[in-house]
Amino acid sequence: MKNSNKGLNHDEPILFEIGGMDKTGVDLNEPTFEENFIGDCFEDREIGLPGLSEPESIRHYVRLSRKNYSIDAGLYPLGSCTMKHNPRLNEKLARLKGFSEVHPLQPLSTCQGALELIDEISIWLKELTGMKAVTMTPKAGAQGELCGMLAIKKAIEARNECHRTKVLVPDSAHGTNPATAAFLGFDVVTIKSDKNGRLNFDDFKENVDKNFAAAMITNPNTCGLFEDEIIEIANYIHDAGGYLYCDGANFNALVGKVRPGDLGIDAMHINLHKTFSTPHGGGGPGSGPVVFSDILKEFCPAPLLKKDEDNYYLVENHNDKDIDKSFGRLCVFHGQMGMFVRALSYMMSHGSDGLRQVSEDAVLNANYIKSSLEDILTPAYEGYCMHEVLFNDDFLSGTGVETIDFAKALIDKGYHPMTIYFPLVVHGALLVEPTETESKNSIDQFIETIRELASKTQDGEEFFKKAPIYTPIRRLDETKAARNPVLRWQKNDVIAAE
Amino acid sequence: MRYLPLTKNDREEMLSTIGANNIDELFSNIAEKVSINPKFNLPNHKTEMEVEKHLSLLSDKNLHADNSSFFIGGGSYKHHIPASVDHIIQRSEFLTSYTPYQPEISQGTLQYLYEFQTQVSLLTGMDISNASMYDGSTAAAEAVSMAKRITKRNGVILSNTIHPHYADVIKTVSGIKDTDFVYNRKFSIEIDHLFNEVDDNTACVVVQNPDFFGSCYDLSSLAKFVQSKGALLIVVVTEVLSLGMMKSPGSMGADIVACEGQSLGNPMNFGGPYVGLLSTKNKYLRQIPGRIVGESEDVDGKKGFVLTLSAREQHIRREKATSNICTNSGLCSLAFTIHLTLLGEKGFKRLSRLNHESALNLKEKILKIPEVKLLNKSFFNEFTIELPIKGELFVDRMAEKGVLAGIPVSRLINNNKELDNFIVVASTETNTEDDMNSYIESANEVLR
Amino acid sequence: MAEIYFTKDHEWIKVEDNIGVVGITVYASEQLGDIVFVELPEEGITAEIGKDIAVVESVKAASEIYSPVSGTVIKSNEDLNSTPEIVNEDPVGKGWFYEIKISNNDELSGLMSEEEYKKHIGD
Repeated sequence: MKNSNKGLNHDEPILFEIGGMDKTGVDLNEPTFEENFIGDCFEDREIGLPGLSEPESIRHYVRLSRKNYSIDAGLYPLGSCTMKHNPRLNEKLARLKGFSEVHPLQPLSTCQGALELIDEISIWLKELTGMKAVTMTPKAGAQGELCGMLAIKKAIEARNECHRTKVLVPDSAHGTNPATAAFLGFDVVTIKSDKNGRLNFDDFKENVDKNFAAAMITNPNTCGLFEDEIIEIANYIHDAGGYLYCDGANFNALVGKVRPGDLGIDAMHINLHKTFSTPHGGGGPGSGPVVFSDILKEFCPAPLLKKDEDNYYLVENHNDKDIDKSFGRLCVFHGQMGMFVRALSYMMSHGSDGLRQVSEDAVLNANYIKSSLEDILTPAYEGYCMHEVLFNDDFLSGTGVETIDFAKALIDKGYHPMTIYFPLVVHGALLVEPTETESKNSIDQFIETIRELASKTQDGEEFFKKAPIYTPIRRLDETKAARNPVLRWQKNDVIAAE
Repeated sequence: MRYLPLTKNDREEMLSTIGANNIDELFSNIAEKVSINPKFNLPNHKTEMEVEKHLSLLSDKNLHADNSSFFIGGGSYKHHIPASVDHIIQRSEFLTSYTPYQPEISQGTLQYLYEFQTQVSLLTGMDISNASMYDGSTAAAEAVSMAKRITKRNGVILSNTIHPHYADVIKTVSGIKDTDFVYNRKFSIEIDHLFNEVDDNTACVVVQNPDFFGSCYDLSSLAKFVQSKGALLIVVVTEVLSLGMMKSPGSMGADIVACEGQSLGNPMNFGGPYVGLLSTKNKYLRQIPGRIVGESEDVDGKKGFVLTLSAREQHIRREKATSNICTNSGLCSLAFTIHLTLLGEKGFKRLSRLNHESALNLKEKILKIPEVKLLNKSFFNEFTIELPIKGELFVDRMAEKGVLAGIPVSRLINNNKELDNFIVVASTETNTEDDMNSYIESANEVLR
Repeated sequence: MAEIYFTKDHEWIKVEDNIGVVGITVYASEQLGDIVFVELPEEGITAEIGKDIAVVESVKAASEIYSPVSGTVIKSNEDLNSTPEIVNEDPVGKGWFYEIKISNNDELSGLMSEEEYKKHIGD
């Protein structure tokens, strides 16, 4: 095989090209039974799984890892994602055996410590948000949205008002919002943003009629701005007999400083992997607990965590009386316990004083970037932003360089690009969120790099269209991948999809 | 504060650049409407040492698989995870990286997911798999939604021997727009009754194999029958290791397979995070939810990987998306694929047999306990026994003796008195002869 | 003589006698970018004016195609299954989506002419 390595950057073949059917990195004793008890469906088939010895496995995965950017290695200015540092204490504590080696269906007397941990983190979340109830079970933010909206749906049914099928969603919303609402059978109506980047309250009011069920609002919104009229909006919603669901993805701007419960929300999901530092792990696992107001808490999903005298217990089955109004169950077992341990460790480490410092520094960093770049980039909106700053692509007009090209050039400068083309309300959007765990040095370097690149766009597009050139692989053909999907390796490398 | 790099000087300089006098100026529009800087009923920051002490105390209150004789399954299993797995997943570039939306700097993630997708397809005997779901139960729910979209029908038939909480999840998550469900929770360890329920409105029949009680089935004739009626067969597998000794769901005719992958690479973690596996046939490719990785080429003709078929997903399709799902199980799928790579074909099949052998040994010993009956005519690594006393009572008394003896069926099915004396017991490669002897001795004492 | 009409959602329909051929406009195909997949209606199904009848997918977007008229689908363009890029190359010719037997000719009066459509996208 031709060697196309470059210094520390190794090309690594696919597992199926280097593994062997008779190789293994695990020593296991030989089973000695003669007759099996599997029955009719017993089969000793050839599965086709390649194996590697331990040294080969480690080399394979280490080489793969080195093709990845990571927050440990550099800034991810990704708006909406809150890529903050992942504390290592969290990893250590999640691996304590009294958390990791416990089975979810052990007798409750044997896992009181685990249940107590879930109670503790529940208390933190309720306090920080100023809400009355919380469910820890949703496995990710999107499932949290499903949870909140399902509770709302159940509440509407309980009031015998099933004609309420309309859900209002701002045009700047994250795609999961309308996807969740539609999935649940609601009719989604999109509300325009105004010229200040906030929800157009007049457009909103026009769309509220007797069929109004709920609104899904992100606050601060995806333009990085606080919805100043949120209390008026919440009141309007409640007067119309509807509910306010808040997408809590941007909680990092408010945590420890403002309580979403004071704004009139009925339910909000929290992304533990954003605000509370649990690692992104290359795409997951996440965790999306949901806080509820008094009027929605009886619809919470199973299981419910309760306490009598000194003991914690779970209400798990739909015909237990405490849970008869619940909308059901979102996942088997109790939620992402591994992420609860990490998040609680983070919360305790910061305390309420530290968490307030988190949102202040997050907002400070973002505004510092805005002030330092607004002469050379084009902010989409005037005035202070919150924890993220939104630019449009006006600064690129006439250069031939598009937002995507600018982003790819940033990669060559050693950065993961900011969020691009989101939110949709702004043309060629660039959304920058530094988070509070970036030092001033780091942010100054970033600012300087952006300034350099922005100036360079005046020299022509070629440099940008070619980017990136320093990465292990350059721009990939996404059209080809979608037209002729090859989603797995096959023997003889036959194309898999029809 | 150890995680916050800004110093007092930094903050002052930055405020000055911004032109604000203090940080609260940046929140002034909010302060006009609602009170900021509230007093929380929460403690102040703590040192690493203090946090560690507090959480260790909570951890120490729990009995777990390493300090007890452990025999619990039911959708989450105790297996030995090779040391390399946890070491690799903690590498910065895997642990702290983001979703691979910029493929040029995420080939590590994209390649292992491509390998993972291939491994899952091979295990399940299906054509294609996605880059993982949250867990087996939500994968099963998504499979049902898929079947309804594909067949344009609403009827869903759930086998009575599916894990009861999986059934609850399926009903909650996919029973949203009018769906007819057939699931009567009567105890039945045979699945033949499903044949009678299928009609022209049926989108899918969902069976678990091995089922919640541990029994194994050849589903080939069920598959043919279901498909002859224009419906799809969905097979749920909660113990992935069973696939090392059984016909693959694909070879038995499954249309969609939803598995829990936790058994490989991932500890039980009191219920999460786990890794859901979803596989299907080529013809249903565009209906599969979640992330999926495909091969491509870069501008220099070099082979690489990208997230693909994104037009199905929420960030593009919005209200018409196949699902609202936004994450996959990332690090858990990495742990799965590393463990499976270390095992290889030989190791995986041997591990599978060791599990079966363990259960066979336990069964032999348990049947010597007077008045204990085995329900199953087949099993892989877990089975159901009937006791002379209530299952919950038995399990609690055994726990006092340091034996985690199984799952009382009444914990999950509490509206059928006939099942109160049944427990589901699992035995894996981690259970020693001593563990099993502890079980028997303790059981004899408890039942005396 | 074939007449061509347009919709505000960027579909075109070429009508001769009672048969219409439907596709998407050059403008639409440019907005979508590289087309990767087209989901075509089955032959024989009933189409309703304004209701979604097909889906066109690109790398970064997916769009519903709404039927400009009511009627019965006679034929779908099978070529698009193997080579969806034809829609980008020749959206108004070889990139047609389906043929339909029009059930109500009055519906055509509600559609736009080429002039009107050009003004519509000029907006």
